[in-house]
Amino acid sequence: MRIVVCIKQVPDTAEVRINPETNTLVRDGVPSIINPYDLHAIEAALQIKEKLGDVTVTALTMGPPQAEDALREAISMGVDEALLLTDRAFAGSDTLATSYTLSRAIQKIGFDLVICGKQAIDGDTAQVGPEMAEFLNIPHIAYVKAIEEISTQGIRVQRLMEEGYDIVEAPLPVLLTVVREINEPRLPSLKGKMRAKKAEIKKLTHTDIDAEEDKLGLTGSPTAVKNIFAPEARKDRKMFSGSPAEQVAALVEELKNLKCL
Amino acid sequence: MRIKVDRDLCTGCEACVDSCPYDAIEIKDEKAFINEYCQLCRNCLSVCPEGAIKEVETEEDRTEGMDLSQFRGVWVMAEQRDGKVVDVSLELLGAGRRLADERGSELTAVLFGASEDEAAKLIHWGADRVLHAQSPVFDTFNDDPYVELLSRLITQYKPEIVLTGATAIGRSFFPRVAARLRTGLTADCTSLEIDKETGHLLQIRPAFGGNIMATILCPKHRPQMATVRPRVMKKGEYNESRKGEIIKLDVEGLSSRTKVLQSIKEESETKVNLQEADVIVAGGRGLGKAEGFKMLEELASLLDGAVGASRAAVDEGWISYSHQVGQTGKTVCPKIYIACGISGAVQHLVGMQSSDIIIAINKNPDAPIFNVANYGIVGDVYEVVPELIKKIKEVKGSCQ
Ligand SMILES: Cc1cc2nc3c(=O)[nH]c(=O)nc-3n(C[C@H](O)[C@H](O)[C@H](O)COP(=O)(O)OP(=O)(O)OC[C@H]3O[C@@H](n4cnc5c(N)ncnc54)[C@H](O)[C@@H]3O)c2cc1C
Ligand SMILES: Nc1ncnc2c1ncn2[C@@H]1O[C@H](COP(=O)(O)O)[C@@H](O)[C@H]1O
Repeated sequence: MRIVVCIKQVPDTAEVRINPETNTLVRDGVPSIINPYDLHAIEAALQIKEKLGDVTVTALTMGPPQAEDALREAISMGVDEALLLTDRAFAGSDTLATSYTLSRAIQKIGFDLVICGKQAIDGDTAQVGPEMAEFLNIPHIAYVKAIEEISTQGIRVQRLMEEGYDIVEAPLPVLLTVVREINEPRLPSLKGKMRAKKAEIKKLTHTDIDAEEDKLGLTGSPTAVKNIFAPEARKDRKMFSGSPAEQVAALVEELKNLKCL
Repeated sequence: MRIKVDRDLCTGCEACVDSCPYDAIEIKDEKAFINEYCQLCRNCLSVCPEGAIKEVETEEDRTEGMDLSQFRGVWVMAEQRDGKVVDVSLELLGAGRRLADERGSELTAVLFGASEDEAAKLIHWGADRVLHAQSPVFDTFNDDPYVELLSRLITQYKPEIVLTGATAIGRSFFPRVAARLRTGLTADCTSLEIDKETGHLLQIRPAFGGNIMATILCPKHRPQMATVRPRVMKKGEYNESRKGEIIKLDVEGLSSRTKVLQSIKEESETKVNLQEADVIVAGGRGLGKAEGFKMLEELASLLDGAVGASRAAVDEGWISYSHQVGQTGKTVCPKIYIACGISGAVQHLVGMQSSDIIIAINKNPDAPIFNVANYGIVGDVYEVVPELIKKIKEVKGSCQ
């Protein structure tokens, strides 16, 4: 069985701050990490490999050359091989172009199961997984919180919903997106780290995956970012002053006028 | 469109490097270089003192895209669970009504499954017509029949805008529809507007974990598709006498590769009635200790409200996750939201900023929470809140 895990390298958004004067992100010293949900995707694949035995796990990422670090980390956790899709032609990809590009690569690699994280914490779109499944013409199950059973034929999983969960069955090949509840990602072993250091990371460009150029990068992206901004202050805001008692009294007066009290 | 650096003008001053929110500018051989992270946000253009960063047209810009004028109307893909339309769909009808009116077009609701009564309800909530499909395949949720039927309908009717809720269901099948139609999709919008000049849909959403807001466009493809989180938009007006057309759909040829064997409902403690409460008193790290929430509970119960929290307070273990408000917690929209010792990180704001009245209590006058507040009190929560409790008791006492 072949499992492809899609991982993305992202800035650790918990540490990103905005500079309100310049309206830009302060990223000094913000580390790049593997998207946290994708660690669960890797773990899920490794657990399947341990259970079924005859499984090859490939980690795949599309990104700039430095995304290689994320792949090495995946190898140190135990994936068998790693592929980096990197090419100027991929620049400016939105989710549609990203999922097209990744799906072309997955087609090349060959697959029975594709596992993604629920979403990437930089964009939070949760779109790449389902869009990829569409390009691959296979079914998908989103928000998987447990894999109940898996064989070379099919899979049965628990899918997280708002008011509980569904038990869902699908034949292979299938694409899953996983949530945090599914497992606890392992830490890299010492042996894994050694292997990661030496491992060869294969790099692919758009010609290696037989991609149609007009579906890549900016050209292949229907959406565009018009502008970015910091949330701004409200115009009708009232700041009180004085002692706590005075401020509270002024507030209560306002609320009484609005008939809120 | 592409962003290019004119290498003759570039002095390698690095001014542009920090202006880029996407880390897309590097200095290579002492010149700026735009890498593949570039999202065309144009932030860098004005920053360059030499004017060396330019926008250039690409071949794509010059060639004609699809004929956008064929696409008309706003669609809301309504969601039903166990035969009942969920609230976010009604909220979207409110937003959709406004967008349709601005575009001078019709508002259509699309409903798969559920009864005719539920379909009629969509008209009462603002739709001009409902496309309604009834079939046992919609008794449980599977992506395939949803994707197949909605894609077919969009291809047939050519709507300009298609919206749905950013729920487990919406976020699962909507991307597939967008991929099949090769159009853009913007997730989790917090605001939707029409660009007066171009008529395009301005899709506003938080990015980078909520640290900034971004306006997304889908300028050359139709339909423009977006998902919106529950409780971000306000429901429209309910009017039982509103008339509209219900069109019954043919649902032949729908099948599913996935199969739901069982749906298990979990009565989660998450129903701390936060989402129904008219008043929410929320606490953050500024409370400094778990006991602080006792004080907030007293205030909340005086106002018949519920207690909310920031993630920092939840992470500290002072209160359970079910109280968390924000991007990774609940989105709430009470009449009054009182934020006590909460800084107002965007991740928190996206969950509460559409509340009717926001009152912020914080000892730091520069705390970003004051940006969204209607009323701001600068002070220590342990002085302000007891005072507030006292005053409210007085007011209530005098009314009885
Ligand atoms: C992907 C992601 C998702 C997130 N999701 C959420 C989410 O859903 N909800 C959420 O809330 N956060 C979320 N966060 C975290 C968010 O970025 C902030 O870290 C968090 O909201 C901060 O909580 P806080 O305001 O309570 O704490 P702080 O930022 O530490 O602010 C404490 C405030 O209290 C004030 N203060 C201190 N002492 C007093 C006092 N005695 N009296 C009055 N004021 C006082 C301080 O001036 C300060 O403004 C998320 C972060 C990420 C990266
Ligand atoms: N550039 C990428 N390379 C590899 N996988 C990706 C990439 N972007 C997104 N993914 C996968 O798609 C999931 C959802 O991402 P997103 O739609 O961006 O929220 C992630 O958790 C990854 O598994």
